[in-house]
Amino acid sequence: MVVRVQTADFDVGAELTAFTAGRTDIGAVVTFTGLVRGEANGRELRCMTLEHYPGMTEAELQRIDAEAHRRWPLQSSLIVHRIGTLHPGDNIVLVMAASPHRLVAFEAAAFLMDYLKSKAPFWKKEVAVDGTGSWVDARDSDADALGRWS
Amino acid sequence: MTVKFLYFAWVREKIGAAEEHVVLPVDVRTVADVLAWQATRGDTYAAVFTAAGIIRVAVDQAHAQPAASIGGAREIAFFPPVTGG
Repeated sequence: MVVRVQTADFDVGAELTAFTAGRTDIGAVVTFTGLVRGEANGRELRCMTLEHYPGMTEAELQRIDAEAHRRWPLQSSLIVHRIGTLHPGDNIVLVMAASPHRLVAFEAAAFLMDYLKSKAPFWKKEVAVDGTGSWVDARDSDADALGRWS
Repeated sequence: MTVKFLYFAWVREKIGAAEEHVVLPVDVRTVADVLAWQATRGDTYAAVFTAAGIIRVAVDQAHAQPAASIGGAREIAFFPPVTGG
């Protein structure tokens, strides 16, 4: 139910504490964190730049979040996605899903990530250690992952 | 009809602009029409937009399929498949 796009890093522990603060009804929280890998297509990565579509990004993340709540009895959800220049080991994305029991939280968190990867308007440009930049191609496996929810 | 076009990622780099304001011909009515029209706007556009099926389109900040109408649209965005997450 909360969606944020930001250049700043996030603290997973602090986010989790805030996510469940004052709640005694939540029985399960599934947390997913996506990180920048230091290798891309066999090349060592110096950094990557995340570009997005301001306005549509927030709208699309809200639509994805609303769809998750329509499909599962979620008690709460959180999507945080970073933009700008990121380095190997940095956080990129955080998803949390809360429900009374674990299965719903696991499924909804996976759904949120699969939809985010195929629908949210973000684009990654990788810069290798030799300075060459290249836009990341979309992966067929991400489209396949989406198919399992239809 | 004057519409704001937005470009992202390598589409933006190849076109050489992040946005432009254009007057659409009256017979450009769908997403497929506007993609075909873009390909007629010179060599740079042709190189980007004749790669049929690659460029994705959003109309007023929502994903739009080729058959979707662009009637009344204020903002049309063109971009490669998304790669966030």
